[in-house]
Amino acid sequence: MNEDNPYWFITVLLIGGVAFCLTPLALAWLWARFFSPPKPGPEKNAIYECGLESKGDAWVQFKSEYYLYGIIFLIFDVETVFLLPFAVAFTGLSVGAFLAMMVFLLLLVEGLVWAWVKGVLTWK
Amino acid sequence: MDEGLKSELQKQGIFTTTLEDLYNWGRKNSVWPLSFGLACCAIEMISASMARYDLARFGAEVFRPSPRQADLMIVAGTVTKKMAPQVVRLYNQMPEPKYVIAMGACAISGGPFKQGYNVLKGIDRYIPVDVHIPGCPPRPEALLHAFMTLQKMIDKQKLTGKDRARHFDPEAPSEFPVPKFGAHDLEPTNNPGVWQPPVLARGV
Repeated sequence: MNEDNPYWFITVLLIGGVAFCLTPLALAWLWARFFSPPKPGPEKNAIYECGLESKGDAWVQFKSEYYLYGIIFLIFDVETVFLLPFAVAFTGLSVGAFLAMMVFLLLLVEGLVWAWVKGVLTWK
Repeated sequence: MDEGLKSELQKQGIFTTTLEDLYNWGRKNSVWPLSFGLACCAIEMISASMARYDLARFGAEVFRPSPRQADLMIVAGTVTKKMAPQVVRLYNQMPEPKYVIAMGACAISGGPFKQGYNVLKGIDRYIPVDVHIPGCPPRPEALLHAFMTLQKMIDKQKLTGKDRARHFDPEAPSEFPVPKFGAHDLEPTNNPGVWQPPVLARGV
């Protein structure tokens, strides 16, 4: 690539920008590698740092049902929003539009029944 | 390099330095204290970081809320025996290199509560203290002076050789035993690797 190329300066800038970030990191890594002995320990590796003895794990358990309930609520909540314009415009709808809406409702109910039968709504 | 030559070169506008000097210069001007206060001394410590005394001039602007980000522990105030394990544990959680300033009579010796059953007679019984500040409580100027003393100490630390700084020695401990509550006192009553009780000669 010669200097006539319009992308020449961008390439130089890109290389400079990457080097500007990576050089200090590389220097720090080299310094740690050659000078600072790693000194891990049970206290230093402990999860919490309030001065009290660490107890338990940092991993917090959540029941997957919580998320399933959330997702199902979101799906039905969003889909039932379509019922409002349907109800408002009900008298002016054509037969085709009415049937389309009925198919949509059928799918919605089918989904609910499927989830129910599958046991998704049962909190274990 | 010879100091005289260094000085002559400086007059000509040529500055020379070593990697060690550069490293220590960077470290001594960016010491980050742990925000950690135990009693009245902590108020003086807070005051030292405020506008009138302005500890920020020394690069120690940010009192860190986590030991993992701090390299200076200012033990400001009375260390009760109930609090001592927490102090040692927080010290253990600090990364190397780390330093300790024991601020005030209580932190260095128990101070006016020395005869009390519940007060530790100096935090240097458990962790290595670099600078002691006497006073009850010491004024912010005393903390600034201690800080400058610590900076001078950091400036003199060696990277290599036999007398290198503690944190460069792979064998030197980075964590110290945390005392536990025993039947009558903290156990152990001191960390023998850091502090040995003076031998009292009686009846001489």
